[in-house]
Parts: sequence; structure tokens; C-alpha cells
Amino acid sequence: MKNKNRVVMDAEGIDRSLTRIGYEILEKNKGLDDLVLIGIRTGGIYLANRLQRKIAAIEGIDVPSGILDVTLYRDDLQKTNKKPRIGKTDIAFSLDDRKVVLVDDVLFTGRTIRAAMDALIDFGRPRLIQLAVLIDRGHRELPIRADFVGKNLPSSLWEDVSVKLTEKDGIDEVVIEMDSEE
Amino acid sequence: MILERKDILGVKELSKDEILLILDTADSFIEISTREIKKVPTLRGKTVINLFYEASTRTRTSFEIAGKRLSADTINISASTSSVVKGETLLDTARNLEAMNPDVIVIRHSAAGAPHMLAGMVRQSIINAGDGAHEHPTQALLDMMTIRAKKGRIENLNVAIVGDIAHSRVARSNIYGLKKMGARVTVAGPATMIPRDIEQMGVAVCSCLDEAIKEVDVIMMLRIQIERQHQTIFPSLREYAQRFCLNKKNISLAKKDVLVMHPGPINRGVEISPDIADGPYSVILDQVTNGVAVRMALLYLLTGGKA
Repeated sequence: MKNKNRVVMDAEGIDRSLTRIGYEILEKNKGLDDLVLIGIRTGGIYLANRLQRKIAAIEGIDVPSGILDVTLYRDDLQKTNKKPRIGKTDIAFSLDDRKVVLVDDVLFTGRTIRAAMDALIDFGRPRLIQLAVLIDRGHRELPIRADFVGKNLPSSLWEDVSVKLTEKDGIDEVVIEMDSEE
Repeated sequence: MILERKDILGVKELSKDEILLILDTADSFIEISTREIKKVPTLRGKTVINLFYEASTRTRTSFEIAGKRLSADTINISASTSSVVKGETLLDTARNLEAMNPDVIVIRHSAAGAPHMLAGMVRQSIINAGDGAHEHPTQALLDMMTIRAKKGRIENLNVAIVGDIAHSRVARSNIYGLKKMGARVTVAGPATMIPRDIEQMGVAVCSCLDEAIKEVDVIMMLRIQIERQHQTIFPSLREYAQRFCLNKKNISLAKKDVLVMHPGPINRGVEISPDIADGPYSVILDQVTNGVAVRMALLYLLTGGKA
């Protein structure tokens, strides 16, 4: 099998994007008042933690952050016979009147974000929800867009975009993988 | 790892990996019950029927709440207010329920094997909520979940199960489960309440409480099943209490951080003294909380999409 993997973002690129997104979040929200970060399992958790550190480095304040598992809100559970494993959701604060920044690694069809927004509403009534993603690869199936994007990456449906993070994969890089038949 | 079975009939059939999957899933479901809006849309459009031929508060309510928190429609049928009193057989009742197209039937029955028979007859998933003196798998799963949450593991723990072992489906399911997860199990009770050949299940047997609970990590007290005492198995409740009631004095024989468990309902002063049931070692109400999560996990794992 030919190796058609292509690295489109390295560790420095990821870090610079997150730094910029950190500044953009501050700028757009005019500060940190009522701001919270919610990372979507699993890649989003680590990115949310990194954004939290970026913002702390700029403003000296830790914004609250939480973890969201959207599995129970997915719209394809009835279609599949394999039940995905449920991860823990951990949001230790009320979302009422908060400015919520959802954080995920890749924005693709938008269905995960739809599920995440439904889940968030069950935790209260946020003042607003914004979306930060490291990669926007297009191919939306729902009217959803990101407020903060690390990199726009036009991709074909035959490709797989994989965000590797040190915390879970031992390396920081974004790779485009060709979908090869096994 | 996915749960590739239609029914949950007993712990005996479950593998260690399946038990772990159920416990891990249940751990993640705990959080939903602590939310202000205690509901997720996962089982929208699914129907769960609770068919109870025996009295129950905890198990039936727990299954009902579990279904509702997952957005399933749950319906309760108790034998005393159903056509069972008109003489309808279990199979006829089940066939009629099947015709209404539910997705899961939860059944409790006084006859051992009743859920197993139904499982072979209807296409719905069957969950055994207790069949006679045979098995009560969801109770054992919630007990293991509670032990794991409090102790961080089940492996190599010493567990004493005390009371009417012979009539206890809770004991049987827990022995199967705890042995699979690597715990050491000792059972204790009056000789008339210890089934013959119980050692074959891999447990040690004690005839006295003090010996059974010495240095154990977990004590599971069983309820004296007054409704099943047709014949006199022991002379009096008072005598039983004198020999087997867990109290402030004898509990000091166990480890300092012992967990005291009871499947409920409690006969206060018979198998467990009130100060122990309500005391710091007791995790009896944690068991109830975890029971909802375990049942949510099973409903989630069993109700698949199209096969």
C-alpha cells in the first residue's frame, strides 16, 4: 500500500494557530467575563486545555473549562448497530448566561456541533455559543459555521483529516490520509 | 468492544469484558442524573415495558427512571393489576405485549428461568430483573459498580456475603460476577440457608458471622426473605438476629474502610442494625443511585439500530 499521508500542519503551526485563536476569543468577547471553554471529546478536550493556557498566558486568568461527550445526542445512533462507547461529560458549572466557546479539532459535516449545542442547552441557557476549531475541512450538511478557525483545509470526501495531539498520539500534527480500501 | 447479545438474563453468561463495558458505560451515565435537566434524547421512540410479577420498589422504579432519563417510553405492568389475575399465562401476556412492538421487556418473576423462556419466544430484548432464587443480574452489576467506585478495583478484594444464600438471587449473581472480576468471596449464614455444594461456585463457607467478616473489604448483607419462608428454616427472627445481625460490635472485625452493602429492602434489626445501615460504612444509598446508571447503560447497550 502506498503511503499517501500528507502532513499539512506541524507542531509549530498548531501552536501558532491556537495562540491566534486565544487572542481572537478575547477580542471578539471583549475580555473574559462569563467566558467558559467546553471541549468536545476527545480531541477538543486537549485543545480546550491548551486554549485555556494560552488565554491564561495573555490575561493571567484561568477561564473555566468543561468536557462534553456528545454521543448520547448523536443523530445516527438508531442507524448503527454498534453502540459507541460513552465518555464522561464533566461540566461542573451552570451555563446560564455564560458565553460558551465550544472547542473541537475538526469541523466537517456539522453534525457533531449540532449534537453538542443540543447537549449544552440541557445544561442551562447560555448567553451565546461560539465555535472554535483547529481545522475546517468543509462539506457541511447543516447550517453551521465556526467563529474561530485554525486552518481552512479544503478536502475531498475520500480523504480523512486526522488531528494528532501529543496528549493522545504523542505528536502534534495534522495529517491528510487517503481513504484506502483495506 | 460492543455488547453483542439480545438479552441480559444473568451474570453467569457475561464475560469479564462485557461486565467491564457495562460498568464503564454506567460510570459515564452517573452524571446525567446530577443535571438540572436529567434527560438525554438517546432512546427517543423506544418503548420499555416493565413486567413485574413480584413486588418491587427499587428495581421497578429504577428501570422506569433509567428509561425515562434516556427518553424511552416506559410502561409498568404489575401482575396484581393485570390480566394475570384473570388467568392469562406468562407466554400469552408476553405475546400480546410483543404485538404492541416494544423494544425491551424487563421482567421479574417468581419462577427461575421465566425470563430465559421469554427470551426464546419473543423478538424483544429481555432483561432479567430477578427470577426466583436464580439470578438478579442488574443488582450484581450495580453492586460491582459501587464497589469499584469506592475501592477503585474489584480484583483481590475480600467480600463476605451474609444471610439466606440459598434463596438469594442477589447472592448468586454477585458470586458469579465477583469471581469473574477476581474477588475472593466468603458466604455465611445458618446451615439451613447455605446451599449444598455452594463451594463449587468458588466461594468459602463460614457458619458464623464473625469469622466470615474478619478483615474483609466488603460486607454484603442479604435480606431475610420473610415472604419466601413457607417452611421454618430458622427458629425465630430473634435468634437469627442474635447470630447474624451486623452491628457496631462485630463490624470492628472487618477492615477499617469496609463497605457495608445491602440490596434492600432492609429488615432493620434483623440482618443489620440501624446504626450500621445509616452509618459511615454504609453505601446502601449509593447502590440505589448507581442502580439507575447501570440500568441506563443496559438499555443503551441493548437497544440497537437495525441489525
